[in-house]
Amino acid sequence: MMKLFDQNRHIVQRLGFIAITLMALVTVLPIIGTVAFILVKGGSAISLEFLSGFPHDGMRAGGILPAIIGTLYLTLGTALFSVPLGIAAAIYLSEYARDNQLTRLIRLAIINLAGIPSVVYGLFGLGLFVLFLKFGTSILAASLTLSIMTLPVIISTSEEALRAVPQAFRTVSISLGATRWQTISRIILKEALPGILTGIILGLERAAGETAPILFTGAAFFLPQLPHSPFDATMALPYHLFVISTQVPEMPIQIQYGTALVLLVFVLTMNVIATVIRSRARAKRQW
Amino acid sequence: MEKSLSWREFIITRLIQSSGYSAILFVALIFFFLLREGLPALGEVDVSSLLNFRWYPIESYFGILPLISGSLIVTLGAALIAVPFGIGTAVYISEVAPRWMREILKPLVELLGGLPSVVLGFLGILVLAPFLRVFLNLPTGLTAFTGSLLLGGIAVPTVVSVAEDALDSVPRAYREGAWALGATRWQTIWRVTLPAAKSGVLTAVMLGVGRAIGETMTVMMVTGNAPVLATGLGSLFAPVRTMTATIAAEMGEVANGSTHYHVLFFIGMVLFIISLIVNVIASSVVFRAKKRAERILS
Repeated sequence: MMKLFDQNRHIVQRLGFIAITLMALVTVLPIIGTVAFILVKGGSAISLEFLSGFPHDGMRAGGILPAIIGTLYLTLGTALFSVPLGIAAAIYLSEYARDNQLTRLIRLAIINLAGIPSVVYGLFGLGLFVLFLKFGTSILAASLTLSIMTLPVIISTSEEALRAVPQAFRTVSISLGATRWQTISRIILKEALPGILTGIILGLERAAGETAPILFTGAAFFLPQLPHSPFDATMALPYHLFVISTQVPEMPIQIQYGTALVLLVFVLTMNVIATVIRSRARAKRQW
Repeated sequence: MEKSLSWREFIITRLIQSSGYSAILFVALIFFFLLREGLPALGEVDVSSLLNFRWYPIESYFGILPLISGSLIVTLGAALIAVPFGIGTAVYISEVAPRWMREILKPLVELLGGLPSVVLGFLGILVLAPFLRVFLNLPTGLTAFTGSLLLGGIAVPTVVSVAEDALDSVPRAYREGAWALGATRWQTIWRVTLPAAKSGVLTAVMLGVGRAIGETMTVMMVTGNAPVLATGLGSLFAPVRTMTATIAAEMGEVANGSTHYHVLFFIGMVLFIISLIVNVIASSVVFRAKKRAERILS
């Protein structure tokens, strides 16, 4: 009897493990499938003309250069604001902040920023940057909106990287006569750099792929020329994909897949770079 | 020299400090601007007509109930997918998978978190919706269910990474204790490890649901955008329209300062408050995340 029971338990375990493995596969395989599908379907659309030309015939022909350039501008603009601010905030939380009510409030604020729906960021950007500060629908307004959305990612990953630097580094540097800022800028930041970089890239990756926050703050349906200043609106890859897959009738499917492919490659490249930096830093770390 | 150094130090410290406080400022600013543009809606439209069943802005019907029900039904469907698959995958990664498998799975799940929602919406329109239309024999493939399937996928990475953190932080001694008493690994997972990580897993579910409610582009592209009140399970297979999609679809076309504009901001305010509640509760659950960053990332 006991033996039978014992066998049962192991059969249950075996079945359970099979079930849970299947669940993990069902979760993960569509990801590989999605990426592979777009790579295959979009591959034939990619040509020099597609990457370096302007759309014409109501976007039903030609290239997507302005959308590519626009996404680059928006990503760089986002980095310009969110990187310094995010790293400084992370330094504050990891090196200066005491464990008190105010610090807990800051952490709560960061968690909340991370949870706010992207379209609400769009509304906020419209209210503050576009209308109140009168930036208009522009690269500037869209970048500022995206950078506030990116901030929580950069702050949390950077803080984690800073905290991972052993306390001994700080003690030794201070005991050698360095000030707190000298210690941070010359020792701690240097050691934490790979972790911070990973966080920045992952944050910007999200900004590059977002559509909702730029819908009313800086994205343009179609522009016959590239933007000249930060106060111009711009085309962008994610918004362009949205437009040509929902708003333009009789849109050639090839261009749609091609645009999805370029956006995917843009985002995946950043993802891979971040992963590589992180794993190389982990392997090299001596503490 | 001494003096200038200490001045520099002072200024830098202040700058860093104010950057630290900026997160609070931003949350306050966001709330302020949503209130500023959203509250006038209450003066222009009666509360009773806001809480109505008809959303037809062109004729000044601003009943937001169909939008709320749309968001709820799509999110419910997404949760039914994301919760079991998310927790299952987390258990597999943390408790069952061999090391090499773990090294493959974790970046893949992270990758899913990074896929732009507009790409998923695009595939939803071109591949998933036509498939579901034929497979389920529906008049249209653009339904709440299609949205739920994709949203489930979008919420999964959040659930996986937070739940996995929670499972990881269960001390190994708990498992060893259970094994020593003769429990199988499977029994240990269900009766020891998961119960011990309960609060963290709950946080995972909440954040996943929060992620799903707030998702915009995918649902706007695949749920058909019909502002019809969801009345039952049947609505899952009919077109619906969510709060987020309504804002995204209509904000571009309204005149600044009009009633419609104010009502859209009002909906944004409701979404903001929902996400505030979800996140405050989730972070107050007694669970000290070791890797807060990973949770926020996915």
